[in-house]
Amino acid sequence: MNAFSLAAFLERIGLTWLAPVVRLCAGDAPGVQLRSLGFQIGVPALALIVFLGVWQVTAAGIKTSLGSIPGPTEVWSAFNGLIDAHRAERVKATAFYDRQAVRNAERLKADPAAAVSVHAWTGKATFLDQIVTSLKTVFTGFVIATLVAVPLGVLCGTNRVIQAALNPLIQIFKPVSPLAWLPIVTLAVSAVYTTQDGVFEKSFITSAITVTLCSLWPTLINTALGVGAVDKDLINVARVLNLSWYTRITKIVIPSALPLIFTGLRLSLGVGWMVLIAAEMLAQNPGLGKFVWDEFQNGSAQSLGRMMVAVFVIGLIGFLLDRVMQSIQQLASYSRA
Amino acid sequence: MLVMNFTLAVRRLMPLMLGVLVTALSVNARAGDALERQELKFGFIKLTDCAPLIVAYEKGFFEDEGLYVTLEAQANWKVVLDRVIDGSLDGSHMLPGQPLSAAIGFGTQAALVTPFAMGVNTLAITVSNEVWGLMKPKIATDGGKPLHPIKAEALKPVIDTFKTAGKKFNLAMVFPTSTHNYLLRYWLAAGGVNPGYYSASDSTGQTDGDVLLSVTPPPQMPATLESGTIHGFSVGEPWNQQAVRKGIGVPVITADEIWQRTPEKIFGMRADFVAKNPNTTKAVVKALIRAAVWLDAENGANRKELAQILSRPDYVGADVAVIEGPITGQYQFEAGDVRPKPKFNLYYRDNASYPFYSDAVWFLTQMRRWGQIGEAKSDAWYADIAQKVYRPDIYRAAAEAVQAGGKTKLEASPTGDYLAPSAGFIDGIEFDGKQPNAYLAKLPFGRKDAVAAK
Repeated sequence: MNAFSLAAFLERIGLTWLAPVVRLCAGDAPGVQLRSLGFQIGVPALALIVFLGVWQVTAAGIKTSLGSIPGPTEVWSAFNGLIDAHRAERVKATAFYDRQAVRNAERLKADPAAAVSVHAWTGKATFLDQIVTSLKTVFTGFVIATLVAVPLGVLCGTNRVIQAALNPLIQIFKPVSPLAWLPIVTLAVSAVYTTQDGVFEKSFITSAITVTLCSLWPTLINTALGVGAVDKDLINVARVLNLSWYTRITKIVIPSALPLIFTGLRLSLGVGWMVLIAAEMLAQNPGLGKFVWDEFQNGSAQSLGRMMVAVFVIGLIGFLLDRVMQSIQQLASYSRA
Repeated sequence: MLVMNFTLAVRRLMPLMLGVLVTALSVNARAGDALERQELKFGFIKLTDCAPLIVAYEKGFFEDEGLYVTLEAQANWKVVLDRVIDGSLDGSHMLPGQPLSAAIGFGTQAALVTPFAMGVNTLAITVSNEVWGLMKPKIATDGGKPLHPIKAEALKPVIDTFKTAGKKFNLAMVFPTSTHNYLLRYWLAAGGVNPGYYSASDSTGQTDGDVLLSVTPPPQMPATLESGTIHGFSVGEPWNQQAVRKGIGVPVITADEIWQRTPEKIFGMRADFVAKNPNTTKAVVKALIRAAVWLDAENGANRKELAQILSRPDYVGADVAVIEGPITGQYQFEAGDVRPKPKFNLYYRDNASYPFYSDAVWFLTQMRRWGQIGEAKSDAWYADIAQKVYRPDIYRAAAEAVQAGGKTKLEASPTGDYLAPSAGFIDGIEFDGKQPNAYLAKLPFGRKDAVAAK
């Protein structure tokens, strides 16, 4: 791949700011590339600096009962504090297993027939653990939503009877807030998932299903739309060739609808991430939402800083998820062009 | 990192495989005192009286007993009760009223027991700055500071002012069957304020009340007071101190001033769990007793360390400075008004961890007093329920085992399971745990059951 097609590829997947760098390296119109770089990197960077400055100055002026709103430097140190806490917890975990090994060895020495076993670490979830939990939950919910929404969307788009039948249901359930679903999902999961030693925690299933219920709709609607808008000529060609239903769907309908399906998926993942944080907060399910709520309840001098860290991490992860989906979406749209 | 994970995995797996092998070989060799369960999950609410659980974990007392316990903070008391009943938690920091009300079917019916009491004198009643501003001028002073204890008579004119202005006077407590509800009601009634009655048709307990009592989870009290939804609250520490620190409210009275020996919380477990796992239960209580001894050792020498431990975000999470006051006996009422409180936050001294039947009976009398128990009951009924739920027998067995272990020095166990009759209440009315109906007849307000006394 030469520099120019690489640059074009980068632009296509959404990394537009990297393209001028590649072109610059290849020596393509340096003046134009530099101006482009200045616009794409310089302007946002400047805006960020202005934002941090305004934040640092105004934050100190807003007094809450927990002290003033922390500025960027306090938030950064709170972030480092959370990382340190994570490391300290890991050290404690290692010590925990060492202690067990010693205890078990002692017991076996005293009584070679003693039944010894090793028990999992009983410590608390750290901030980083909570991030991982949230990501796992959102992807589980998102994958379930996709598996339900895409086939259903294809059916809706290809069959007018099914579309007419499902349309009112979609319209009614689409605008429902996740927080309305949450208590019902919690009760239903508790009733159905009764084993005490299942693979998944109940709270994990509750959160994931809530995410599914809310992130279903954008994918479903966009898929139906994309499938419904397939070029009539293509459909006619398929008829003339007497293609089977399956071939028609996989060779013509889905490829044509792919850009819109991915638009839907991107929206779904965004909705899912927002819903998840709210669900964790309300249901006290492990994850970033619970982290924020716990700190709100703690009300210590560090709590505000920690909550701000969580806000930025939630935003950053949401942004990254969207970027990844956007890149995939762009690839899907351009692959046929 | 990878290497460390690998060694960690090996360290975990090797003894496990060994263990499986050994277990398979030695099923018959298991002695009668073997632990039925080793991995347990206990809940707690972010309050200073959860300390015995935290200390038993942090100081390795659970591990000494061969128990691998996970502690989990719970959102509110309702969640605690539901999760203990449905088995998500094997045990929890609970309110004494919860297993008792579960036994008589007020709220959810379930068979719960308690072998261990958690904490004496840990709550206080706080009012908003606005209410304090109205109360303060009417309170007698002693050396420039308000004279304690402050009675609810000082609050009555404020409530009347609200009433004539057509405004509601809202007070919050943490759960309908909470110690906080009963102590708040006791204080109000002793000062001539009707706190309202529960009935079959009123589960909020607001019928005929001069004030409206409602439920708010403990850690949310300061934020709820700050938002103006409530005008005062009854809650455990450190949330009163948090309100002082935030400058949003003033504690007017502490538990020890309402009842000299307020039994605050208990460690609750399901009755079937205790029946099925007697050795595990005993091991848990042993670890908790050792924790309680540590907490009150050498006249509170460990309390500063306790404040450090409790201030961690996973436990109570409030600032050390806020937690330290109430657990080291330095209680702040207002800026510049810090008073010594040596009998505040007891965990072991004065048999604070012993589950007395008389404590159970007192809570039952308050349930009857305010209508949570719908009809008159005989004295024998009170004793019967108390003995079903409170299990001093388990406590005694565990205490003997701790004593035999020789690692911990214990106080002498109490001679009886009922405390001697005492008039150590703000209104000086004597409570005798063996005569609940006679006690109810003496109390102001409330349902009187003189008939059933026979």
